[in-house]
Amino acid sequence: MSHLLLRQRDIPGIDQLETYRQHGGFAAFKKAVTSMQPQEVTDMVKASGLRGRGGAGFPTGVKWGFIPKDILPHYVVANADESEPGTFKDREIMAGNPFQFLEGIAITAYATGAETAYIYLRGEFWQVAQFLDDKIADMEKAGLLGDKIFGSAFNLRIHTHLGAGAYICGEETALLESIEGKRGQPRIRPPFPAVYGLYGKPTVVNNVETLANVPLIVEKGAEWYRSLGTADSAGVKIFSLSGHVKKPGNYELPFGTTYRELIYTHGGGVLDDRPVKAILSAGASSAGIPGADRTRATPMDYASVRTLGADLGSASVIVINDSVDLDWVINKTIHFFKHESCGKCTPCREGTYWMMHLIEHIHAGEDVQANTELLLSVAKQMQNKCLCPLGEFSTMAVTTAIERFPDDFKPSSGGGKHG
Amino acid sequence: MAKMVSLTIDGREVTVPEGTLIVNAAKSAGIDIPVFCYHPKMEPVGMCRQCLVEVGRPAIDRASGQAVMEDGKPKINFGAKLETACTTPVSAGMVVLSRSEKAQASQKEILEFLLTSHPLDCPVCDKGGECPLQNLTMAHASPQSRFQFSEKHHAGKHVPLGDKIWLDRERCIQCARCIRFQDEVVGEPVLAFYQRGRATDIITRSEPPFDSIFSGNTTDICPVGALTTADFRFGARPWEMKAAASICPLCPVGCNVTLNTRREAKAGGKVVIKRVMPRQNEQVNEIWICDRGRFNWNAPKDMERWEQPMLRRDGELQAVRWSEAIRAAGAKLKDEKNLLVIASGWLSNEDLFNLKALADHLGGKARLYNQMPGGEATTSLGAGAGTNLGDLGKGATVVIAGADLYHQAPIWHLRLKQAADRGARLVIVNSEPTRLDRHAAHLVHCKKDEVAKKIAGLAKDSEAALDSAETLLVFFGDQCGPDLPAACAALLRARSGKPNDALIGVWARANDQGALEIGFQTTTDLQAEFDRAGVVIFAGAADPVGAGALKVGAGKKRPFMIVQDPYRTATTNLADVLLPAQTVTERDGSFTSGERRVQRFLPAVPKCGDSLPDYAITARLAGELGLALAGGSAREVMDRIALALPNFAGIDFGKLAEVHEQLPIIGRADLYYGGTSYQNSQGLGVHLQKA
Repeated sequence: MSHLLLRQRDIPGIDQLETYRQHGGFAAFKKAVTSMQPQEVTDMVKASGLRGRGGAGFPTGVKWGFIPKDILPHYVVANADESEPGTFKDREIMAGNPFQFLEGIAITAYATGAETAYIYLRGEFWQVAQFLDDKIADMEKAGLLGDKIFGSAFNLRIHTHLGAGAYICGEETALLESIEGKRGQPRIRPPFPAVYGLYGKPTVVNNVETLANVPLIVEKGAEWYRSLGTADSAGVKIFSLSGHVKKPGNYELPFGTTYRELIYTHGGGVLDDRPVKAILSAGASSAGIPGADRTRATPMDYASVRTLGADLGSASVIVINDSVDLDWVINKTIHFFKHESCGKCTPCREGTYWMMHLIEHIHAGEDVQANTELLLSVAKQMQNKCLCPLGEFSTMAVTTAIERFPDDFKPSSGGGKHG
Repeated sequence: MAKMVSLTIDGREVTVPEGTLIVNAAKSAGIDIPVFCYHPKMEPVGMCRQCLVEVGRPAIDRASGQAVMEDGKPKINFGAKLETACTTPVSAGMVVLSRSEKAQASQKEILEFLLTSHPLDCPVCDKGGECPLQNLTMAHASPQSRFQFSEKHHAGKHVPLGDKIWLDRERCIQCARCIRFQDEVVGEPVLAFYQRGRATDIITRSEPPFDSIFSGNTTDICPVGALTTADFRFGARPWEMKAAASICPLCPVGCNVTLNTRREAKAGGKVVIKRVMPRQNEQVNEIWICDRGRFNWNAPKDMERWEQPMLRRDGELQAVRWSEAIRAAGAKLKDEKNLLVIASGWLSNEDLFNLKALADHLGGKARLYNQMPGGEATTSLGAGAGTNLGDLGKGATVVIAGADLYHQAPIWHLRLKQAADRGARLVIVNSEPTRLDRHAAHLVHCKKDEVAKKIAGLAKDSEAALDSAETLLVFFGDQCGPDLPAACAALLRARSGKPNDALIGVWARANDQGALEIGFQTTTDLQAEFDRAGVVIFAGAADPVGAGALKVGAGKKRPFMIVQDPYRTATTNLADVLLPAQTVTERDGSFTSGERRVQRFLPAVPKCGDSLPDYAITARLAGELGLALAGGSAREVMDRIALALPNFAGIDFGKLAEVHEQLPIIGRADLYYGGTSYQNSQGLGVHLQKA
């Protein structure tokens, strides 16, 4: 099957406006603006079953439906912060197939009544931002952005905005604060951005990959889209595969593809042909799943992955073979979260700092059993108390590693296999 | 009226206005939910997570929209997660559990997290004894730490944020109250967070550092000992100190304060004032005071005190007994009919009333040591019971003419900034830029001598839009010429039937308004009046000689000088009779604020030497002349004032001592809610009658 999102892999030069248009580009946008009411577009996306690709998997059309019509203006914000370790799909979409992403923004803006859209990119993506700026300029020249698009009353401008190097700014409310020029720290929710978003106005925040799906749905219909994937997970997904695999990279596959197929068929198998010890299903913030037969046979869709005690999330699959112990893995994730904790709420600020010290002790083989018990207790103590989801995420790998891989936290294993 | 909502908190039925936050609803029912970042004067942020509680809401049947019943009671659905009581508004039928096992465990766990980074140096911490973190730790936390002490986060412990405030970065729990206070309440966002995660620190962004006249308030609302004041730091422990209610004498706002005192060896066994703290009066200063009031009014402590009456003999001042000094002064007053009283607004209503009565008795003149015009206008057009800066919002217009409130009456600046936030229109006419300018709806900068003219022009200025104002307040200062008060008064006289309109003078001293109400008049030519007088009584640290406003000619015949003053000044050095007076901290009495609110202050420290309150000194002098004035207590004098002056009618010390519950409720055992500002238990004061 040819790619629907990573179309650059099939069509060279699709990052050029001409080429993109030759392959049907902006037909969906034109169709929406000239022949559909905004509500029809929203209904169509709702019917397609499209769910947010940033990790939460919230139904996209439903999110759009939350935008109150009586508070103006509305904004669309593309979350291109992509800062989760192990996630690298959005960059490839933006760099390779930029117009499909931009078209998705444009249709979303039309559907939600926004005349201004922002693309928030992590600071390290400055080259991508410059590239997108050029593409936006191309669209403006071609009359695809600006005033009275396609002769309608619809106006739209898209701006890129660079972050300054904080993981937390991938969280949607911190992202909005950052665009506003404030310190990138999450807001209390509710109110949600759909009601009180950018500059206090109703705002749709969607992930890059989510938005890239929108033109497909408008062009080919909700039915067609639903026919891809599984019952609860419509469409295709880009799986970012990394870790101990021979061919790490992005793989665009239908939902429901098994871990086994991803790792062995597409990823070329595990490094050194060792067994899969564990899988982190959604980057550093995910639960660790034992790499048992059952796991490998599990289809990757929202419901099935949940049966493994984990989440599909952004589908950033990190494969860990038996050359390392899980204490080494969570040492990495804890250091990451300690470094990235924004410090706004107590449990995350203090908890990640505490966890870092404890895992260092475990790692050094000091009082491993007691420190492991304490680490588990501290991680659980953080859960359900943090201000934003990212604080909670920092504990996922920790608790599951200790509970599901107890052998890796035995006194004898301290100072053992560490990559 | 807001719609009322009923809910249950810890089994207690509570009814509060819709939109009330759970933490405040609980507070109103006497249930204290612990908080650190929440403060009732600021927007909730839900950062510290200390206030997590269990929240249940009635289950609603989707089809019928009716509450689901279970055993005859509405079924309550509890969320999987605890919710922050400081950010969650109440809803009908809600059930809140703040003391359930789950909620208590959570509160204890958050405390444990906070303490992992806290130095626990309570024994040397200024906040120890009145510290929310300490109190909550003692009440709820585990006696043992699971955190290795050696791994504690270390940071600077002596970081000057400005010249008045010190930051201990280890003690800081990143609640951002100080940052938000400067940002939201004051409108001077000079503090900020720097770095992130465990490395998060408070920094100042202004130059000079912590550039705000309200900086001291951050130490009151800091829930730990992270912010301390330069003057009190390592000065005393809270439990060693006594508290006396007082009124700040440094400007006409009349901020309610509490003086904390301690007897200490360092002061030779004397009782000294260790610090000045705000005392809640929501109609005057809320729970704030300015840095001048907090830090500067101990300044006279370096000045030499007069402890005994003195009499000039052979050109030298010699100590005598009171009876002797009074007799000498009385004799002179009997001989010389041409009496001039020069009194300042440092004196209390009682002092001034007695002085005025004495002057009247002898046919003398009572002059206020203050050349600022406009006194008569403020007594007739001044504020009354309906005037409350805290109520100003949409529909109110405030004109500020020729005054720099930020420096002259800082709390008025703060209150008017907040009024502007609530929708009141500020119209500022001044010759110089002021810090209030940025909150102005209409701003006029002009030359000094044009301010009065511009004010007159406002009446017809559509941008100023005075006509449409439901309430109009006009503040005028002393910087822009003698015509200004009349021009301001005219703005108000042009309107009628607006009961809360008011003209307010931004006087130099705490009780200038009181002096004017009692009948003192300002003088435009002090020297000429002095030279014409036979006897002059100077009272209330009126030191015109020291200020260069008066020359007492050598060799030339000069009037006999009776000086009542606590301190040695250039004027007292020239006295013929020196009568040692008590300071405001040594006695009781009352001041009338610029908003015409009479408020009582109480003694905080023992009197110095043989000094007497001014009203008593004047009563003794009057007795010598056959005039019976009340001199036994300030209370007695106030009773006479109320009988003699219609604007003071009905006021007595009992009324002045009345309090009613003020919101937010602060200062009780749970210092974490409002900070260390004192609850007002000594009286909120009473407005003078409107003329």
